[in-house]
Amino acid sequence: MHTLTIAEQIKGLRNKDYSSRELTRHYLDRIARLDANYNSFVTVTEAIALNQAEAADARLAAGNAPALCGIPLAHKDIFCTAGVRTSCGSKMLDNFIAPYDATVVANYRRDGAVMLGKVNMDEFAMGSSNETSYYGPVKNPWDTRCVPGGSSGGSAAAVAAHLAPGATATDTGGSIRQPASLCGLTGLKPTYGRVSRWGMIAFASSLDQAGTLTRTAEDSAIMLNVMASYDAKDSTCVDAAIPDYTATLDRRLDGLKIGVPKEYFGEGLHPEVAAHVQAAIAEYQKLGASVREISLPHTHLAVPAYYVIAPAECSANLSRFDGVRYGYRCEDPKDLDDLYRRSRGEAFGDEVKRRILVGAYALSAGYYDAYYRKAQQVRRLIKQDFVEAFTEVDVIMGPTATAPAFEFGAKGNDPVAMYLEDIYTIATNLAGLPGLSIPCGLVDNKPVGLQLIGNYFAEAELLNAAHQFQLATDHHQLAAPGIE
Amino acid sequence: MEWETVIGLEVHVQLATNSKIFSGASTAYGAAPNTQACAIDLALPGTLPSPNEQAFRYAIMFGLAIDAEIGKRSVFERKNYFYPDLPKGYQTTQLESPIVGRGHVEILLADGSSKSIRIHHAHLEEDAGKSLHEDFHGMSGIDLNRAGTPLIEIVSEPDMRNSAEAVAFARKLHSIVTSLGICDGEMSQGSMRFDVNVSVRPKGSEEFGTRTETKNLNSFKFMEEAIALEVERQIELIEDGGKVIQETRLYNGDTRTARSMRSKEEANDYRYFPCPDLLPVVFEDDYIDSIRQQLPELPDARQQRFMDSYKLSAYDADILSADADTARFFEATVAACQDAKLAANWVMGEVSAHLNNDEKSIRDCPVSAEHLAGLINRIKDNTISNKIAKQVFESMWQGECDADTIIEAKGLKQMSDSGELEKIVADVIAANPAMVEDWLAADESKRKKKMGGFMGPIMKATKGQANPGLANQILSKKLNALL
Repeated sequence: MHTLTIAEQIKGLRNKDYSSRELTRHYLDRIARLDANYNSFVTVTEAIALNQAEAADARLAAGNAPALCGIPLAHKDIFCTAGVRTSCGSKMLDNFIAPYDATVVANYRRDGAVMLGKVNMDEFAMGSSNETSYYGPVKNPWDTRCVPGGSSGGSAAAVAAHLAPGATATDTGGSIRQPASLCGLTGLKPTYGRVSRWGMIAFASSLDQAGTLTRTAEDSAIMLNVMASYDAKDSTCVDAAIPDYTATLDRRLDGLKIGVPKEYFGEGLHPEVAAHVQAAIAEYQKLGASVREISLPHTHLAVPAYYVIAPAECSANLSRFDGVRYGYRCEDPKDLDDLYRRSRGEAFGDEVKRRILVGAYALSAGYYDAYYRKAQQVRRLIKQDFVEAFTEVDVIMGPTATAPAFEFGAKGNDPVAMYLEDIYTIATNLAGLPGLSIPCGLVDNKPVGLQLIGNYFAEAELLNAAHQFQLATDHHQLAAPGIE
Repeated sequence: MEWETVIGLEVHVQLATNSKIFSGASTAYGAAPNTQACAIDLALPGTLPSPNEQAFRYAIMFGLAIDAEIGKRSVFERKNYFYPDLPKGYQTTQLESPIVGRGHVEILLADGSSKSIRIHHAHLEEDAGKSLHEDFHGMSGIDLNRAGTPLIEIVSEPDMRNSAEAVAFARKLHSIVTSLGICDGEMSQGSMRFDVNVSVRPKGSEEFGTRTETKNLNSFKFMEEAIALEVERQIELIEDGGKVIQETRLYNGDTRTARSMRSKEEANDYRYFPCPDLLPVVFEDDYIDSIRQQLPELPDARQQRFMDSYKLSAYDADILSADADTARFFEATVAACQDAKLAANWVMGEVSAHLNNDEKSIRDCPVSAEHLAGLINRIKDNTISNKIAKQVFESMWQGECDADTIIEAKGLKQMSDSGELEKIVADVIAANPAMVEDWLAADESKRKKKMGGFMGPIMKATKGQANPGLANQILSKKLNALL
């Protein structure tokens, strides 16, 4: 059952090939037996999952159940889940249980999807390797000596190891697409505002966006259909029509105009990754698309601008973790200052502290104009690059990451090298555009991804393009060799 | 040397919305601690702010009332600092693009002239919770009921030159916001709080002196005292060869002393930046116009109307029109008794004195406007004297229903029967021969005053119920007959 896609399981449940309870039990058993190898789950919610599965079976039996009813899913531990711990990968929230569901979680709950548990992540989503989690690193199912990528490493590893058919994830600078690339999955980051951020613990509010990690574009469309909603509780959520993302998957790609930014093939890109990406783009030409080179001239400014804006926002977003109302509190504080210093000092990891410091610095008096204001100006230029590009092309394609998965510790002592992991994905977040990564080949027996960037709210077009590619190729069907 | 005082005010006004500025929790005052703080107010992880439209509407109403530019694109920023009663670790406020721009407020000075005080801007922000430092054995308690209550902070230019002007300005703001209905004006509950910036300079100097800020004054009286104290301190300091340092000060109204809270050097770097959880709010002209059309009557217009329609003096009209509730009470009284002068006297006199004495607001006045009018009607038709009326009012204040019932029950009806009164006056004259001698011996010019001496015994004999005019008439007639 675990080799089936979500789309296939939806059919299987309706054909009564198996019940949701059987499917759920199967995944729970696999998690119990195999996850010690990957460390992808932080919390397994067995009792809840089985209850939800039984309720789903009843709805399925009654007919008219929503598509995802009875399908087991894993939630990134950044989404609040009523009554179940939400740690955000941090010692700070090791004891935190929210009294509410994130809107994303509530949407899946409403449709009867089953929650298998909460999956691991870089602490507060800050990292590209899943090495910053308080709960230990997640291992890449393709090679357990390697990182799965981050910050949604737990989501990616769980799906790649067939411990869940799909998982929720979040992407602030590439945290869905880079793990998708490193784990051979389909990872979708929708347009900023397409999915509610309510109940999703904030890293950088103007960049954070929830999305999906699945094996196929079709599964991604099925999951996005439920995830996307207008939500008045998030005032940055956009009240725009939400199409049925599965309805347009089968459209042919004749006439599709693909732009390939020359800046995405420069120094630092692994030559074999470049070759696979070029081959994938050539495949699109066979499918009827036209390809032209484009320029996104401010690409080189994306990483520096991001590493001012994201830390600046996080420095304020993480101020609420002060040991006063919830979360970690140090032992025997001697006064208020001591409570703040030790609670935050003891519970935040190094990367989180580094970003808070950088952000506070960039916002401080005398530096604001040079850093924060300048970064916002750069952000507008980057957005403008894309706006102009989309007057000429329908979709932009390039690599998702510079190389396949790297070994643990390889970049641990070099934050800048780690930050460059997201060099191709960050601009999309700065512009608020949707991005998608799909597998396009193996380098050193490890997967690499093709990135598709669409215009605002063009998720349906991206998923259509990805689905057509997956109908014509089998990169996405390769499973990690070691898994049962 | 002669010194000139320069004062600017920052006024925090709690807006009278039902729910908070970014959450659905109630803003009602006085609930048990932390019972009106929801997940958003507690800054639980993953929660996000949802702006309350009523707060924007109220802020725009204030802007229109002071003839200010409305910020068409209103931006919220985060002001970062750590404090336990600030759950998010930042206050959501406005800095570069406030909702209300430059405006002005007219105040009436003691000499009858008026002065325009310029408003630099007013911005929307959220209130913090409260830290309670007593009763927790060396720890502090946090009450987050107030956290997230909408405020407008009104920032004036340094246009005031003495504490009287500052108080007049503060009172005028109180009058405007209560007339608009955007604030309940309950100062004792912190609905309006004043920060005063004070500096002094040699008279005639163009340059401002170094200013201090005294924070969180919650009554006009404290404000006046704090300014006087600070002006005195600064002048003494400078005259003794010292220098005023820029600092934040706290005034204690109980001990009438102030102390330094922090100097400029110790001040926080608040690291303001636009709040990414809240998009800029854009107001269309139509929206602003629709609010303008629905503005209630403002204090200045009401004062003029009171002078025109009720023939009140500027002073009386000012007092009665300043507070919307007082104005409503006054007008309801007039409507029911048709005597503006008497109504004005009673509202500004007995009613106001009793309210002050019991520390009540006019909304909690135990005597309704209708009952007050009933009392005034009995004065007008000579059923009771002014003196007896005060006695009846006292009973009404204690909750003993309406004037007519009290007058009837206590037999307070004025004695206007001339036959009965003639007998009593005659008895009093007969019983006080020395006073009669004295009166007869007095100069013509002093007789009138001396005649007044007989009124005491007459009133005593009638238990105060003699119609004074009638009694006086009879007395005069009888005494003159003895000449």
